[in-house]
Amino acid sequence: MTTGLFIPCYINQFYPQVAIATLELLKKIDVSFVYPANQTCCGQPMGNAGLEKYACGTSQLFVDNFHDFDRIVAPSASCVYHLRHHMDPSIDPAVKSKIQSNIFELCDFIYNHLNIKRLDAVFPHKVSVHHGCHGLRGLRIGHPSEVPGTGISPDTELLRGVKNIDLLPTRRTDECCGFGGTFAIEEDIISVRMGEDKLKDVMDSGASVITSSDMSCLMHLDGIIRRKRYPVSVMHVAEILNYNGGKL
Amino acid sequence: MNHAQTTKAFFKDPQRVGWHDNALWYVRSKRDKAANQVKDWEYLKDAGAAIKQHTLAHLDKYLQNFEDNAQQNGVHVHWATDAQEHNQIVHRILAQKGVTRIVKSKSMLTEECGLNPYLESNGIEVIDTDLGERIVQLAKESPSHIVMPAIHKKKEEIDTLFQEHLHTAPCGGDPLYLTREARKHLREKFLNAEAAITGVNFAIADNGAIVVCTNEGNADMGVQLTDLHIACMGIEKVIPSMEDLGVFIRLLARSATGQPITTYTSHFIRPKPNATMHIVIVDNGRTRQMARSDFKNSLHCIRCGACMNTCPIYRRSGGHSYDATIPGPIGSILSPGIDLKKYSSLPFASTLCGSCTEVCPVRINIHDQLYKWRQIISVDGNFPIGKKVSMKITGYILARPRL
Repeated sequence: MTTGLFIPCYINQFYPQVAIATLELLKKIDVSFVYPANQTCCGQPMGNAGLEKYACGTSQLFVDNFHDFDRIVAPSASCVYHLRHHMDPSIDPAVKSKIQSNIFELCDFIYNHLNIKRLDAVFPHKVSVHHGCHGLRGLRIGHPSEVPGTGISPDTELLRGVKNIDLLPTRRTDECCGFGGTFAIEEDIISVRMGEDKLKDVMDSGASVITSSDMSCLMHLDGIIRRKRYPVSVMHVAEILNYNGGKL
Repeated sequence: MNHAQTTKAFFKDPQRVGWHDNALWYVRSKRDKAANQVKDWEYLKDAGAAIKQHTLAHLDKYLQNFEDNAQQNGVHVHWATDAQEHNQIVHRILAQKGVTRIVKSKSMLTEECGLNPYLESNGIEVIDTDLGERIVQLAKESPSHIVMPAIHKKKEEIDTLFQEHLHTAPCGGDPLYLTREARKHLREKFLNAEAAITGVNFAIADNGAIVVCTNEGNADMGVQLTDLHIACMGIEKVIPSMEDLGVFIRLLARSATGQPITTYTSHFIRPKPNATMHIVIVDNGRTRQMARSDFKNSLHCIRCGACMNTCPIYRRSGGHSYDATIPGPIGSILSPGIDLKKYSSLPFASTLCGSCTEVCPVRINIHDQLYKWRQIISVDGNFPIGKKVSMKITGYILARPRL
């Protein structure tokens, strides 16, 4: 069984520590994997901007890099969603369908695919979980608040197993963070307001860390935290699951 | 129009943004509770979607059935291709009877067609009798929400508005006093009206009846007190049978406000003795939307407004920022079909969070359709050239790892 590791472009550029945490985590659970060096982007920035046609190059590159693997793992639900739902129409349908059924978000991969329910980590801090929209509603990793009943969410379940962690609930657990790619530029007023509202909800819960399986949401929130100097920080869920209890 | 620009007006008062957001979130929470109390809610949504899909696939047959049965009930049925024809038909019916004062219950279709200004320019007084609609009518505004037309207004503002128009005493925004005064004012309008116009929530093909859902009983009041009833409906309002109606009645109010059912669910089957009843069936772009396979199911919409209440953008930008009869997520997939260039910014007024799709009781894949409109707008709509160039460069670079 071969596994390809996909580290989305913005994580590679802005949050290399998330890539390293993902890599170390996979090693800890004995998943042997390959990191194709020529990988870049899933194509989502162009697609969501209404310019899917400019994403045919990135789709082809993704296929070139990953079509041989039995499974693909990425620490970003949003990119996985884009690849599953919006890969360029020019890609050979058989290749496309193989990739789309074999690509997984990291926590979903660990919890549901590998059936590993608990990881050895220590994180003595107050944490609130943000359920990113693409993972939750798009990939159905978890149970959206709009749907009656209850369900479990792999990232939260894995976090529950972390020693000394204090998981705190927010009022609107799965309200969008306001990022939305180019939305954050074109509709900056609403985008920022949504981020502020999200962070106020998190701070009201008493949490000092907000985590998510989607780094792009956290990137947006991180920008607002820095500008507003809010007393809260962002960490990707892989960073927490890979944490050994040392100083933050 | 540009949504990012129109939003600025709403953001002039940042506290109002928070107030509006919370007011609508409260409605969304009530909807969640109501949905949770129905066993197999998601299955009910499947049923609603399936009935709509089936009906649209056989729309010609069901509309003809409906017309035949309504005519047998003694109802006059009219067909209008567009808004202008609709307005002309309604005016002609009123003019033949010499009517100059009418009361109207909520109808988004007549808003869409601009019926009020048309009739007013022909010397007819039109009084909207839904409280929220009466409020926006007095304020010379348009509804900002399809179920709660005056949701953008605070009670203190309504106090001032009523002082000006209804000569009420200042009351510090006391809702009970204001509602009682509105009731008195509307009662007089009802008693003096010569005709009633209503919308249509559902038109039942197999018995020719129309069903109107209100919380205020204003549709019934108007119809019972006058001898002329004109009901206006879009072609997509028809459903096959009374059995199907049950599915939608269970879905509608729960999705809209979290009520199990609207206070009044009125069936109008035939005219009262010595009275006349007309139904105007309107296309106004709907068949054009039906022909677009990616967007066809937007015609499933039963106008519950759940997508607005849940939308994080709508809640923070207000309904008027969409500059359309139907605002919010559903409006953002309908409006580009009406005027692509004017409404090019609306499909981008979304983070594609998908909450609209989750709450939709008739399973319209709203966020997918927003994504699809974006692809069309970048080719045929108003699309910023800078964005096109920068994305072309981004796509080029990201496809070449050596760069």
